[in-house]
Amino acid sequence: MRVWLPPVMLTVLLCALSAGMPALEPLFEWMQPDKQNVIYERESFLFLLQNHLMLVVISALVGTVAAVAGGIFATRPAGRDFLPLVSQIASIGQTFPPVAVLALAVPVLGFGEAPILVALILYGLLPILRNTLAGLEGVDATVRQAALGMGMSPFQVLLQVELPLAGRVILAGIRTSVTINIATAAIGSTIGARTLGDPVIAGLVNGNTAYVLQGAILIGMLALTVDSLFEAAERVWDRRFLPQTAG
Amino acid sequence: MIELKNVTRRFGDAVAVDRINLTVETGEVCVLVGSSGCGKSTTLRMINQLLPHSEGQILVDGNDVTAMNPEQLRLNMGYVIQGTGLFPHWTVARNIAMVPQLLKWPRERIDERVHELLTLLDLDQATHANKYPQQLSGGQAQRVGVARALAANPNILLMDEPFGALDAITRENLQLEMLRIQSQLRKTTVFVTHDIDEALRLATRIAVMDQGRIIQHDTPENILRRPASVFVENLVGKQDRGLKLMSLHTVRDLMEAPPQPREPEPGADGLKEDDSLRVALSIMLWQNWSQVPVFNADGQETGTITRDRIIQEGA
Repeated sequence: MRVWLPPVMLTVLLCALSAGMPALEPLFEWMQPDKQNVIYERESFLFLLQNHLMLVVISALVGTVAAVAGGIFATRPAGRDFLPLVSQIASIGQTFPPVAVLALAVPVLGFGEAPILVALILYGLLPILRNTLAGLEGVDATVRQAALGMGMSPFQVLLQVELPLAGRVILAGIRTSVTINIATAAIGSTIGARTLGDPVIAGLVNGNTAYVLQGAILIGMLALTVDSLFEAAERVWDRRFLPQTAG
Repeated sequence: MIELKNVTRRFGDAVAVDRINLTVETGEVCVLVGSSGCGKSTTLRMINQLLPHSEGQILVDGNDVTAMNPEQLRLNMGYVIQGTGLFPHWTVARNIAMVPQLLKWPRERIDERVHELLTLLDLDQATHANKYPQQLSGGQAQRVGVARALAANPNILLMDEPFGALDAITRENLQLEMLRIQSQLRKTTVFVTHDIDEALRLATRIAVMDQGRIIQHDTPENILRRPASVFVENLVGKQDRGLKLMSLHTVRDLMEAPPQPREPEPGADGLKEDDSLRVALSIMLWQNWSQVPVFNADGQETGTITRDRIIQEGA
């Protein structure tokens, strides 16, 4: 159970910081004595945190399903021919700046959460897909040959052999993707999505560094928390499927 | 029984296996031997349809393999490969239980079978069952590979250079182990190797392959005595053919046996009934014995063998 201790502690710290930001008023006043308002109050930090996290989770779920499915398809005998195409699509998603996606998506989808979700999903695909491909390709060919030769169906080989063996690498890809997207989600605030980017944008517009700092600190904390959650999940995975390598 | 009739396999324009005919009788060990690229592994993998054949017909117990569900076909064929192909995320016990699990045997029956196989392959339940493949030595891992192949008691065993990656001593141990197990179980076995000594030791009949064709299909003795071509002659080795022939027979074949076995004199040196004539001769030359007592597995003296007789009749 000890592996879950860091993420739990970070979660508590994150929630406490979001709820208790006003308590830090003297600190921010000392930093910026010339401003009347030093604590962002247009929306509660807890609400922004929740909404920010929701955007990341939804985009991660959709992105994971799409990327893992694409990766599995491209490594099957029937889909081999599509392997270059699939990796190209993912690479394009990664090279296309999320800001440009927003600019293109707003006229179609309107302001709010929808365009940023599209941008996050596209932006998060590549790391997951790359790792899915690497993980599946990395499964020892003799293991796959033995599994087939002993009478497993291709579907059983995928479910019982390939995915458990590739899962650790896929999980690492999801971790990278989610961490990147926690930071990227903040730009959603420019098109009316409610995220922890709100105080940052407001601070930039009003020249209020305290606002910027509050948003940035919470985004950073969120990234740390989620990352430690994945760290713990990876350890648990190791213990479950690769016990001989876990110390 | 496995029958290959005019079977051909092409990879693009290249012909890997060229119209071969081969019959493996029930209970015999057929060893496919040849240099790499001769088509022996391809032949093996067509029997369980990991590679579909391009032309011809493959029959297993009279049924055409193309008409069968490939999974069903393979579940009834144990499959052992070089480098074992054990599942690294499963324990030894679970690896062995793989096919019974696919066949949905009840839990207790699987446990019982795993225990039985660990014992059969001389692996210790307590120390090995819960280990992972990476924690085993090469020889142990291949024992587990063989146990896994035997788990659901298949009629047929396909072995693709199973001992190729092992050191000489471990390989010999496993070969002896295999002879012992085969004498108990009598599986119809197709065994692929490039090692002619391994082939001579294990085979009921050997099929020598070259460039996708079977050059000669015969018993080890006939392969040695009457090689069909220069290629086969070179493969078996011209010079030590005599010694190789000796290694096909055991001391039991040439010893003088009194009607009743008797208890040996304490501390007497001797040979075992199962020692090959080659080993016997080697020991007798080294020790300068002209005659030596022979013991059976229980340590009783069952006869005597002379050096003259080995030299006259051994090869």
